[in-house]
Amino acid sequence: MGEILQILLADSFWAASLRIATPLIFGVLGALLCEKSGVLNLGIEGIFVAGAMAGWMAAWLGLGLWGGVLVAAVAGALFGLIHAILTVPLGLSQHVSGLGVTLFATSASYFAYRTALPDVASPPRIEPFRPLDIPLLSDLPFLGPVLFQQTALTWLALAMVALVWYVLERTPLGVAIKAVGDNPDSVDAQGLSVHGLRIGAVVAGSALMALGGAFLTMSAFDAFFFGMVNGRGWICIALVIFASWRPGKALVGALLFGAFDALQVRLQTEAGALVPGQVFLMAPYVLSILALVIAARRAEYPRALLKPWFKGQR
Amino acid sequence: MTEDDTVLRLDGLTRRFGPVLACDAVDLELHRGEVLALLGENGAGKTTLMNMLFGHYLPDAGHVEVAGPDGVLRPLPPGHPQAALAAGIGMVHQHFTLAENLDALDNILLGAEPLRALRRHSARAREKVRAIMARSGLAAPLDVPVGRLSVGERQRVEILKALYRDARILVLDEPTAVLTPQEADALFDNIRAMTRDGLSVIFISHKLREVLAFSDRIAVLRHGRKVGEIATAEADERIIARMMVGADTPAASRKALDPGDPVLELDGISVTGRSARDSLDDLSLTLRAREIVGIAGVSGNGQTALAQVISGLVRPGAGQIRVQGRPLARIEPLAMIRAGIGRIPEDRHRDGIVGAMSVAENMVIERLEAPDVARRGLLQKAAIRAHAERLARDYDVRGPGVEVPARLLSGGNIQKLILARVFEQEPAVILANQPTRGLDMGAATEVARRLLEARARGAGVLLISEDLDEILSLADRVFVIHDGQLHEAVRRDREAIGLMMAGEVA
Ligand SMILES: Nc1ncnc2c1ncn2[C@@H]1O[C@H](COP(=O)(O)OP(=O)(O)OP(=O)(O)O)[C@@H](O)[C@H]1O
Ligand SMILES: [Mg+2]
Repeated sequence: MGEILQILLADSFWAASLRIATPLIFGVLGALLCEKSGVLNLGIEGIFVAGAMAGWMAAWLGLGLWGGVLVAAVAGALFGLIHAILTVPLGLSQHVSGLGVTLFATSASYFAYRTALPDVASPPRIEPFRPLDIPLLSDLPFLGPVLFQQTALTWLALAMVALVWYVLERTPLGVAIKAVGDNPDSVDAQGLSVHGLRIGAVVAGSALMALGGAFLTMSAFDAFFFGMVNGRGWICIALVIFASWRPGKALVGALLFGAFDALQVRLQTEAGALVPGQVFLMAPYVLSILALVIAARRAEYPRALLKPWFKGQR
Repeated sequence: MTEDDTVLRLDGLTRRFGPVLACDAVDLELHRGEVLALLGENGAGKTTLMNMLFGHYLPDAGHVEVAGPDGVLRPLPPGHPQAALAAGIGMVHQHFTLAENLDALDNILLGAEPLRALRRHSARAREKVRAIMARSGLAAPLDVPVGRLSVGERQRVEILKALYRDARILVLDEPTAVLTPQEADALFDNIRAMTRDGLSVIFISHKLREVLAFSDRIAVLRHGRKVGEIATAEADERIIARMMVGADTPAASRKALDPGDPVLELDGISVTGRSARDSLDDLSLTLRAREIVGIAGVSGNGQTALAQVISGLVRPGAGQIRVQGRPLARIEPLAMIRAGIGRIPEDRHRDGIVGAMSVAENMVIERLEAPDVARRGLLQKAAIRAHAERLARDYDVRGPGVEVPARLLSGGNIQKLILARVFEQEPAVILANQPTRGLDMGAATEVARRLLEARARGAGVLLISEDLDEILSLADRVFVIHDGQLHEAVRRDREAIGLMMAGEVA
């Protein structure tokens, strides 16, 4: 018990939690935006891969780190557009289209990587985002290392939480997105475009997801590996339900998962001799499922989620 | 009236849904400052016509012309609600178009504020809504998610939405179906006042009283075709009914019968709901065979909770229910059906049918274990279909057939479907919650006839209705529900019952 307490009190543990949570924050926000408008986007896992690959590749080709972030967002938006066109005006199954986009985006990314680098053994590295060193603030005890020694992308993720919250709660656009996810007829009857709003939300949400991927290759690591996304997209889909489609709770959920994961790594080194390592690897997922079971009972699904809308149909 | 004051012209509007010709080359003109009532049986095509006008449906043929501010008629691009709104047309939809996760204010302002704006409604918008509410007598809580409002309140929000946009032409599709008579009168008085400033109105209603009191002209649709127009001053109920149905409809008459043994006994039922409106307070009631007990009251006084308890949807906190003398061990929907309670729910679209399932499936959905429906776990498709076709004939359920999704039926026909399903089972108790809401005269008479028929057969009928005339004409005993409590109306007198509905004990 003492060891766990020690781990929990260490600033490095909380700094790691926030770092691990960062891509999830982007991903949950993206998924949340799509689903608020009524579209489930299971393309998320592949869009993560595409963002990771495109951002890193752009930086490696000399577009700079922020150039890479932009390219990643555009790549995500494009794959989101495919999903949006298939599911919104064409009204295809959101599950099938989403899984298709995941397969397509993943293999397209691997293909692009292999085409650009046909025969390298170890992937070339880029100079990733460095922790921001804010004078004075980063020297604060505890808060300094936890908050003020993160990279710019972590700050961007936190800013996005505020931005998505602001848009949904404080702007007419956000109200319209929430309305179209609840009852598309309400939006249509007031002269707004159901399909326009949904496509816009899916494209913007997918761009956010891709930033989660870009964080992996441009901040957490400095290169692109196959399989590096490793289910993070799926975690985000679950976290949205945990968050009951609220940006603030989405942040909490992502941090909770980050903390489980950080704890798991540390416990593994502490108690690895006693318990098989796989148990620890499993722990964050098991705990997430438990959290989900508790939270999902109160979750209020967007009523029109998964339901395509066509003009003039009852 | 001169040619110049025409503000709207529908020219040969036609729309077909599969085999159904919902509108057949309908022409219609509306003049400035005029109130035009659009009448017709359920499924006559009234809503379809208005949906084409507003741009929800694309017409197969025909077009719409609207007068601009200069009074010149110009064609309206079809299929664009945005264009209709810009041309000054406001529409109140029969099937509410409200986002239930948003509050009333957001619903009203949706689309009225530019999407690019960085901030939501100003204090000024709220002021304007408040002013409209005060002027029109239509009040609704502004800051509660619409999903938590009663049907009446939702209807008011739906109307406020159209009024907020300062429409010059207002289309009201059954705006009063769920309003109390007082609310309806207040609404029409207000609309009258606005027509003096140049507003033109088309309204659809099945309530002939308000049509005769508030319209200038009446147009009648039958089977998608316009069959006549008449100045309201020259019309009366008989004439209109004949235009609508093509024949006279005999009113149902109630014969005196001796009530039998109790079929439904509620004993000290209490329900604590989310608010006072879904609560019941130590309520007791006995319903006997061969009688109709009417429950009058202003909506939101516990009717919903009472209906939910009897339907098995809500378990009361205290009290006991006996059906045909036997106490019920469990209060849940299936147990209620098995005990012999037939239910006609208030919100027929949401609770009465599964919209995505076929008409035939909806007709057997409460008795899936019956041998003619399923054998060895397999549905008997042919038998279900034949059964549905027979019921559709007997109960006059009209629509594109029994294999189409039930949501495609018009409101009146959905109700007939539910009636068919319930009456077929010959239940001992019939719970009829607002059974004629939104029904045309013919269909409403049909419901009344069926309820009286069930009573004669030996059923007990519990009739919950806001329509006092309906209760007085059908019920053997009348109760008033107020604040979750029942009081028997000793005198069958409109005045006294009205006072009781307002909470003053008679
Ligand atoms: N979107 C649709 N798809 C298929 N059929 C439809 C659709 N809309 C309407 N119909 C059919 O068109 C006919 C006319 O329906 P409509 O809703 O216009 O009737 P209504 O006159 O408004 O009746 P009510 O008084 O019951 O509201 C009905 O037979 C209905 O089943
Ligand atoms: Mg209608």
